[in-house]
Amino acid sequence: MNRALTIGAVLSGAFALAALVSFIWVPYDVTGVDIGNRLKVPSMAHLLGTDHFGRDIFSMIMVGARTSIAVAVVAVGIGMLIGVPLGLAAAARKGSLMDELIMRGNDLVFAFPSLLIAIMITAVFGASAVNAIIAIGIFNIPVFARLVRGAALSLWTRDYVLAARVSGKGAARISFEHILPNVTNLLIVQGTIQFSLGILAEAGLSYVGLGAQPPTPSWGRMLAESQTMFSFAPHLAIFPGLAILLTVLGLNLMGDGLRDVLDPRLRRARR
Amino acid sequence: MNFLKLSKLMGASALAMMVASGAFAEGDMTVALQLEPPHLDPTSAAAGAIDSVLYSNVFEGLTRFASDGSIIPGLAKSWEISEDGLTYTFKLAEGVMFHDGTTMDAEDVKFSLDRARAEDSTNAQKALYAGISTVDVVDPTTVKLTLAAPNGSMLFNLAWGDAVIVAPESIEGIKQQPVGTGAFKFSDWVQGDSITLEKNAAYWGTPAVLDKVTFKFISDPSAAFAAVMAEDVDVFSGYPAPENVPQFEADARFQVLIVNTEGETILSTNNKMPPFDNVMVRKAMSHAIDRQAIIDGAMFGLGTPIGTHFAEHNPDYVDLTAGSAYDPELAKKMLAEAGFADGFKTTLKLPPPSYARRGGEIIAAQLREVGIETEISNLEWAQWLEQVFKGKDFGLTIVSHTEPMDIGIYARPDYYFQYDKPEFQALNAKLESEADPAKRTELTAAMQKMIAEDAVNGYLFQLAVPTIAKAGVVGLWENAPTQATDMTAVHWK
Repeated sequence: MNRALTIGAVLSGAFALAALVSFIWVPYDVTGVDIGNRLKVPSMAHLLGTDHFGRDIFSMIMVGARTSIAVAVVAVGIGMLIGVPLGLAAAARKGSLMDELIMRGNDLVFAFPSLLIAIMITAVFGASAVNAIIAIGIFNIPVFARLVRGAALSLWTRDYVLAARVSGKGAARISFEHILPNVTNLLIVQGTIQFSLGILAEAGLSYVGLGAQPPTPSWGRMLAESQTMFSFAPHLAIFPGLAILLTVLGLNLMGDGLRDVLDPRLRRARR
Repeated sequence: MNFLKLSKLMGASALAMMVASGAFAEGDMTVALQLEPPHLDPTSAAAGAIDSVLYSNVFEGLTRFASDGSIIPGLAKSWEISEDGLTYTFKLAEGVMFHDGTTMDAEDVKFSLDRARAEDSTNAQKALYAGISTVDVVDPTTVKLTLAAPNGSMLFNLAWGDAVIVAPESIEGIKQQPVGTGAFKFSDWVQGDSITLEKNAAYWGTPAVLDKVTFKFISDPSAAFAAVMAEDVDVFSGYPAPENVPQFEADARFQVLIVNTEGETILSTNNKMPPFDNVMVRKAMSHAIDRQAIIDGAMFGLGTPIGTHFAEHNPDYVDLTAGSAYDPELAKKMLAEAGFADGFKTTLKLPPPSYARRGGEIIAAQLREVGIETEISNLEWAQWLEQVFKGKDFGLTIVSHTEPMDIGIYARPDYYFQYDKPEFQALNAKLESEADPAKRTELTAAMQKMIAEDAVNGYLFQLAVPTIAKAGVVGLWENAPTQATDMTAVHWK
């Protein structure tokens, strides 16, 4: 068993589990305020303490995990759903005008600093979790399009693809029946990495106030709100910060581990 | 022997002079403010940030506010009011010069007041000067105001930053290059960063002590904390993060002034938007709000609960908080009676200050307890002014009304919360023409009660803001009767 994969899977699995459990149960209500109970340090009643409104930080991190994961999943989904077909199409018609258009479009999106565009989108359409998803999603499109095109180009020269062409299959059919299944491993690995970047991006956007709006808890906003209190109530910043760190670390480890396991060339090299 | 004594004495006095001049050499001060003015003309915009920099420092009016809120002579050294209360004759201070070297005389007063009340005036407090029917120049240092009806608060109105005296010669460029009569003159404005004022050597009154004052604009609370801690700024007027106050109090490098402001912090309610057009709904909401929880949670204990739109430290204030005491059960019952047993949904649009952002989250939670769901949106000031203040596109918002004695805004039917009640407007008209203090007290009490009973807005607390200064700073205002950072008497210990 791959050690990085195990550690990564356990870490990200724990947060995924916390997010799932939060749908049916959290220790305390995260939308209510309890001013009398504010800024409590961690104790048995409040495992990670309470924030400046008296809300339980442990519960907020659980629900915050849900926000982060939901945003990242949908954003990566958008990137895959649009990016993969674009990459397949570009590879199938290599050198054509369509290929040029798709790839130069990708370059254009790549050239922009992603956070800046995300800020622009949310500034124009208003700050909300949905707009954060769209903003992060857009930046996932070229990542997948490029990855798939690169991999598909080499696959198009394989004999079995040649055979399929000889037997009269169209480019679209070959792309989906022969190319796509052979890039799935790559997609899984890249998806995991993009997923962790998505969580980071969501935290960044909500840190500057452009992600999920209150009272929906979000790790980034928890960090932002705790800033001025760091000198006397550091637990307000430490725990959401740790949550982001551990989730992203877990996903990255998992991505690395998955690549080791799924990529046959690497597997051979290891043995 | 005597000679020796004398030389010793001289030595000592020379030393004292050196020390004194040493203190004066450090005659610069950096004052941080949270908001940067949009431009520098206090007579044509509502933005309080303009007065925060310029009031009393650069611009002066006929009368002015003292730190304790009393009205004292400004450019007018004395005045006489006729028996019938219709004519005010102001005697102007002599030898007053604008910063550009032109003289300030009765013509300039006439120009300024005529401009403020003109048809096309963009003065934010135009209504305050509408009652002036003519301004006459008697001689260069005497000016006569004739009112259409007696107005008990005219001297008070003239003390506002909106009624400062400006000159026709320099009015053109006033938004970038303000020219006034104050103890400081405008020197430089680095947009997005700071405004610098310099001592006016030719000032007509008591000159300023400081040679130079730099106003720095720091809006982010954590940047504000860092700037004060690193001693990058000498004074932070209106420090934005009340949670840090205990830390500054415990630090010998700093002094903390908790400044009482004229800011009635309210949950503004769109009175024309259903269901807020129903007085039962508004009253129910007033019982759903726990003021103390908001003061503790959003302001870390700074502020005093109010039950109406009136400054709590004003002698005419009536404590009506009991009429809207926190009672969620009663609130639910009243909502049910009004036909909203299942509650309703509305918007809560919040401007940037922490009293609004944090207070908003607390109020949203409290309203949710009684079944009212609010959708929070955090707005920047420009968006807030556009959508809420001008566009009236909101259900609820939280804002602090920092103008002094501003209960009259409830008599403006098109004001953003749209309380349109003829009875109140009649009371306000009476108040404006009443000069007798006892009757004025009576009228303001009636007005306070009327808006409290109608629960026009949710009345939360009187805003108090911390000012953090280095321990050696002397002479700052301890109250804020108007939005100002009066530096004319400030100096180093």
